[in-house]
Amino acid sequence: MAEIVQGGGGKGGKKKAKKGSARIDMTPMVDLAFLLLTFFVLAATLAKPKAMEIIYPKEVDDKEDKTKLDDALATTLLLGEHENEIFYYTGAYKPDTTQLMLTDLSKDGFRKIMLDKNARVNDQVLQLKAKLESKEIDEATYEEAYKQVVGDKDAPFVVIKTVDETKFKNVISAMDELNICNVRKRAIQDMAETEAIAVRQRAAELELKKK
Amino acid sequence: MSKIKIAKSHSNRSGTRSSSTAPSLDMTPMVDLAFLLVTFFMLTAKFRNMEPIEADPPSSTSLTQLPEKVMLITIDTAGRAYFDISGRTVREKLINRMMVRYPGLKMTQEQIENFSKMGTFGQPVALLPQYISGDDDIKNALDEVGKGIPLDSLNNQLGDWIQEGYYAFVDDATEQGLTREQLKEDGLRYAIKADANTEYAKVEKVIDVFREKQIFQFNMVTNLEGSDANADASLTAE
Repeated sequence: MAEIVQGGGGKGGKKKAKKGSARIDMTPMVDLAFLLLTFFVLAATLAKPKAMEIIYPKEVDDKEDKTKLDDALATTLLLGEHENEIFYYTGAYKPDTTQLMLTDLSKDGFRKIMLDKNARVNDQVLQLKAKLESKEIDEATYEEAYKQVVGDKDAPFVVIKTVDETKFKNVISAMDELNICNVRKRAIQDMAETEAIAVRQRAAELELKKK
Repeated sequence: MSKIKIAKSHSNRSGTRSSSTAPSLDMTPMVDLAFLLVTFFMLTAKFRNMEPIEADPPSSTSLTQLPEKVMLITIDTAGRAYFDISGRTVREKLINRMMVRYPGLKMTQEQIENFSKMGTFGQPVALLPQYISGDDDIKNALDEVGKGIPLDSLNNQLGDWIQEGYYAFVDDATEQGLTREQLKEDGLRYAIKADANTEYAKVEKVIDVFREKQIFQFNMVTNLEGSDANADASLTAE
């Protein structure tokens, strides 16, 4: 396959042989190079996996928090056993009067509700971001201020409640929505039996198709 | 830089030139680039260890990258737990520690070597030597019937792996001369990679094991959500 071709065709005797350079047919090598290139490009996993940070409370802190927080600021998101059984209610749960509202985890679902409820915090966050972009404050100051804004004692908080059958992806989507809405005061808890029954009843009332 | 050269060798002789001569293109820059890319991909490529299970994580808009020094627990839809920790020297120390904790676990030097090179595994301690020495067929067979690493309260092997993994990591870091302050900044992180369709209760079981060990902060492995990537932008618009 690979031949060494003498330049100039070796015609003119000694003088020309010096001038002409030896040329190697590089085609096979180049072919191989591109083959390898293709292999590595296709095999490369360029996108490293991403990760979402979730902090779980210690058991003790959990109880302390419950007594401290104001019920009026609470929103509870109930993730039922089927993927589309997602309800929420505000305030404390009262078995007879609390109405479960159907929602979903899409862009126009729970996110809209929380962006609305958390509008004050979001405004402050946007201001901070603008300041960061215009280099008015540095990264560290921003982080500090951000923590203060989202951790404000009047900021709304969300409790995500799950049953055993809740799909992991629903929990992650819900946490993701809260991240987008800058709701940093949140907790994941097991659903109380009364709430679980209410979810089932409401799902039956609305005749949700089971997925 | 690149010029198209028309081969001239024969053209001077006769008037009919176009039929016999082909224009030649200087491909040197392209070939240079190709080799550069090959070299880049070869040097940056990290070969992934074979994973005993497929767990397809849910997607989120999180842009945080999975940390480098990480203890990764993978959970499949059946709730089976698999363990992995990064760093060869860490793994070597870990398996030595586990042999102290489980006197029944005996491994040859070669098996220890293989363990430190291996990736994710999900076998109870009793079957580990057999699993490590086995070829791909044996490994597949064991993974198929296996129930992952036991994590119930009577036989909480996952808890032991987590604890010993942490100690092995700290030992290794101290050996490399890292101070406590550096460890706090850049220490071992804990990641959970669960299949999107896993029931949350099964993930919670693993989280409870961590919580018993006073570990409360996790990185949940997620795929980047393609369609919702501009979620942050939509917030700005409102």
